[in-house]
Order: sequence, then C-alpha cells, then structure tokens
Amino acid sequence: MYSRQLLIFQSMKVIIIDDEPLARSIIREYLQFHPELELIGECNDGFEGVKSIQQHQPDLIFLDVQMPKINGFEMLELVEEPPAVIFTTAFDEYAIKAFESHAVDYLLKPFSRDRFDKAIAKWNLAGKSVSSKEQLAPLLDSVSSSPAEQHRVVVKLAGKIRIIPIEEIHYLEAADDYVKIHTREGAFLKNKTMGHFESVLNKTLFVRTHRSYMVNITEITRIDPYEKDNHLAILKSGGRVPVSKTGYSKLKSVLGL
Amino acid sequence: MHYGFSVNIAMVDSITTNGLLLGACWIISNILRYYLPYSDRYWYILILSIIFSLVVNALSKFILNLILIDSASTEYLIFLSNSYWIRLGLAFLLVGCMAVICVLWYTQEEEQENRQRKNDAEKLSRDAELYKLRQQLQPHFLFNSLNSISALIGSDPSQARNMIHQLSDFLRTTLRKEEEEWVKMEEELQSLELYLEIEKVRFGHRLSTTILKDEKSLQMLIPPMLLQPVVENAIKFGLYDTTDAVTIYISVSSENDSLRVIVQNPFDPETANPRHGTGFGLNSVKRRLYLLFARTDLVETSAKEHVFTTTINIPKHESYHNR
Repeated sequence: MYSRQLLIFQSMKVIIIDDEPLARSIIREYLQFHPELELIGECNDGFEGVKSIQQHQPDLIFLDVQMPKINGFEMLELVEEPPAVIFTTAFDEYAIKAFESHAVDYLLKPFSRDRFDKAIAKWNLAGKSVSSKEQLAPLLDSVSSSPAEQHRVVVKLAGKIRIIPIEEIHYLEAADDYVKIHTREGAFLKNKTMGHFESVLNKTLFVRTHRSYMVNITEITRIDPYEKDNHLAILKSGGRVPVSKTGYSKLKSVLGL
Repeated sequence: MHYGFSVNIAMVDSITTNGLLLGACWIISNILRYYLPYSDRYWYILILSIIFSLVVNALSKFILNLILIDSASTEYLIFLSNSYWIRLGLAFLLVGCMAVICVLWYTQEEEQENRQRKNDAEKLSRDAELYKLRQQLQPHFLFNSLNSISALIGSDPSQARNMIHQLSDFLRTTLRKEEEEWVKMEEELQSLELYLEIEKVRFGHRLSTTILKDEKSLQMLIPPMLLQPVVENAIKFGLYDTTDAVTIYISVSSENDSLRVIVQNPFDPETANPRHGTGFGLNSVKRRLYLLFARTDLVETSAKEHVFTTTINIPKHESYHNR
C-alpha cells in the first residue's frame, strides 16, 4: 500500500501538444493505462505549448511536428528548459530522418497502444531525463536547416513569439551564448551560435564579415575603411557592422567586386 | 532581251525595281506572320498582292524617272513607260507567289503549334492524374485521417465507420479512371465536399465551410479534379498559417455560359511568408487551364485584409463537351 502511495506521490506530469483534437484524444486514451503519468494539459498549437510548458514544468511532452504557425521543432527552440519529448508525426520524411540520426523516440500516426507503451518504457529506462536540452540540441540544429525553417527565424520577446522572415534580418551580432538578430523592429535574442546561422542561412544573402557579425548584403549601402585593414559596412538602417580583413574579401567576392 | 541601253542604266533600273519588289515581299511576309486570313477570306491576299504590285510599280517608275531624268536617253524613258504593264504583271506574280507561300507556311506553323498544344494538354492531364494521385493519396492527409479513425474507434465507433466510408469514397473518386475528359460541376463539388468533411473531422471545431452554388452551374462541365489543389491550398493557408477558427468559402456560379468558382480562406499576411508564393497547387491549375484554352487570365488571386481569394473562370469549350 505504501509503495502505491509513493508511486502516486511521484506521478509524472504530461502535456500533449497537437493541433488535431482526435490525435490528442487517442494519446489521452492510451495514457489511462499509465496511472503514474498525470495529464496536466493539452495544447492546440506551439504558442499554447510554450506557455503551458513554462507554467506547468511537465516531465514529458507528446509533441506533434506539423502544427499551425510554428512547428514542433520551432516551439522547442523557444523553451528554456525543454522537458523530455516523444515526437508524434503522420508523415514527414525530413523529421523522421532527423529522429533516426539522433536516436530520438517518435511515434508514427496511427500508432498502437503497444508502440505507445514501448515509448513510455524507453523513457522510463532512460531515467526520465528531465534535462534533455543537450540531447535535443543536435536534433534541433539539424532540423533548422530544413527547407521550411531556412526561410524564417522564430524568436521570443517578453513572452511574445515572433516569426521573422530572413529577408527582414539586417544583421546578426554575437552576444555571449546568444545571437542578437537586428531587424527593422529592433533586436531579438536567439539561443544559437554564429556558426549555426552561418551554416543555416543562405550564403548569397548573408556574409560573415567578422567573428561576431553576419550581415544581410541587400542592406549594405556602402563600405568605409576603418582603422588599418578593417572596414565598416554602413546599412540602410544606419547600422554599422565591423568587417575584418578576411570578411572584406568574402564580402567582395559575394558582391562580385 | 537587249534594248541597247547602257550597263549603268540597266543596273539602276534592275536594282531599283528588284529592291522595291524585295521590300514588298518582306512587308507581305511580316503582315502574314501576324495576321493570317481565315480560309473564306483568301481573296484578301489577292487584293493585297494587287495593291502591293501597284505601289511597287508606281514607286519604281517615280524613282527611276527621278534618278535617270538627266542621264538617260529619251528611248529609255519611253521604254520605261511602255513596259508598265509587263512590270506590273511580273510584280504581281512575284508578290502573289510570296503571299501564297507565306500563307501556306504560317498556316502549317500554326497548325503545328496547335497540335503541340493539344499534345501538351493531353500529357498534362495524364500528369495531373498522377499528381492528383500523389496529392490525394498525400501521405500526410491519409495517415492523419487514419489516426483520427483510430481515435474515433475508441470514443465514437459509428462516427469512425462514417469516416472510413467518407475516406474510401474520396479515395475512389481520385482513383477513378476518367472516361470522359470533363465532369459535371456537381460531381466535382461532391468530391470536394467529401474531402472537406474528412478535414472537418480531423480539425474539429476549427474548420467550417460555406458552399454556395447555383443550379445552372451544377450541370456545367469542368476538367476533373481542377479545384482540388485550390481547396487544398486554402486549407493549407487557412489552417496552418493561423491558429484561429477558419471558414473556407466556396462559391460556384454561371456567368454567360462560363463557370466561375471563387474560393476564399483567411490568412495571416505577417506570416504567410513568400515561400508559399501562389502555391504549387495553384500553378498546376493555371498551367492546366492555359493548355486547354491558351489563356493565362483564367486564374486570379488577391489578398485583402486577411482574406485570400482565388477566382477561376472556366470558359465553355464545345469540342470538349462533345467528347
């Protein structure tokens, strides 16, 4: 009796994030057979998902990949401390390839109760790892070069989620563990490295002009000399972006000078 | 034929006359390139040739008189005026021959182009069939529908059975071999409604539809599965670019013997980003209509105040009705 009480006391919090009500209901149904898992929330989309995760700090989430506005991966990027994730998807070759190469568990819809139970067992075995940030990072890095995500960057500012088309980015600036994304409407912080953006963003549009800077070449109005071998790129917005010696030669080759 | 004129005069005469004839032939061939008379109006060509030979003759006479008035003998000037009818006849023959050759050439070219277009249209309808199969058997749609059915079996078995029937009816429509090239609007709408019913079960309260149709338009004909990509596009924009409840509006009406279909869906101008463009689906519709009617103005799209509108006009096309 005591052990059962302990089990209930230790119950794990679960959230389902999926835009289709019936897809949520089948997970809800399967969860009934796992009394140790307590369903504390259901979300219709990524925006609700981010809010709910922050509010409830779940141990495990079931996350659909294709959802309105922002997909499951983009949602995860916005969460500070992502919980353990079991992805669900109907069909998305790109995502499935990413899951396989990073050994992340996922459920293909429609899935059986057996398959569902196995996923739960696997998560139990992995020690119900809460800090999955390190685990998820390589996955998120690889999917953010997917065709859909190359065209936009999803950021969060003061609790509000913004989707920035990459053409609207003026320049990027490294800031400690973050990258500062400068746009017409101000700067947004994203928890990524410059190297990540360098590999993801279109190389004919963005040039790494400096160790800590990348610039949208369509925003440049002129390039001025600045101290010794360095230059300064002056942007339409009035912004000034440092250009190193190697950055200058890269810039010249992209601009065809 | 030696009339005893100097080489100089003979040269000037032949260069001027032949040059003008050449010019006339060139102009005629250009006129006929852009304007080919219908077969019951071939006498246009006769008139054209007569006019051109008259003009050529008059011009050459005028120019020769002008150039040679001082240097030439009076014999030449007399010869010039005496040979008027011979010159006119020769000019008419030459210009006429040129016109006939051009008419034959361009008619043949036009026919070849028509044949090419018809071939393209046939090929495209085959491709559309394949594309449609790929689209409708679109794995994402199919697996999500199966997932919904799986969920319903637990909670609402009779609704699950209903959805299986809808899904099979829809899949059957997409697999159906078309014996006639065009189908009645009524049939096309039924298949669209099936598709939308399935999507409604999947998306629950988020999706609703309004369909307006007039009786006359239902009996009119439409290339099969023409509207499916348009509606899919509307769903994609509406359901995946917004998070609110979505109403898809479809209106079918007849306007002076042609069909007009309007599809409207809400969208978010801030995030409906450029990568969507007009959508691959819409491009295939445009292309299909172009190959059938050689017109590019049949599909129009507009985005205004969060509503995306696609308007499609389908002209009546006799040859397709008779098949």
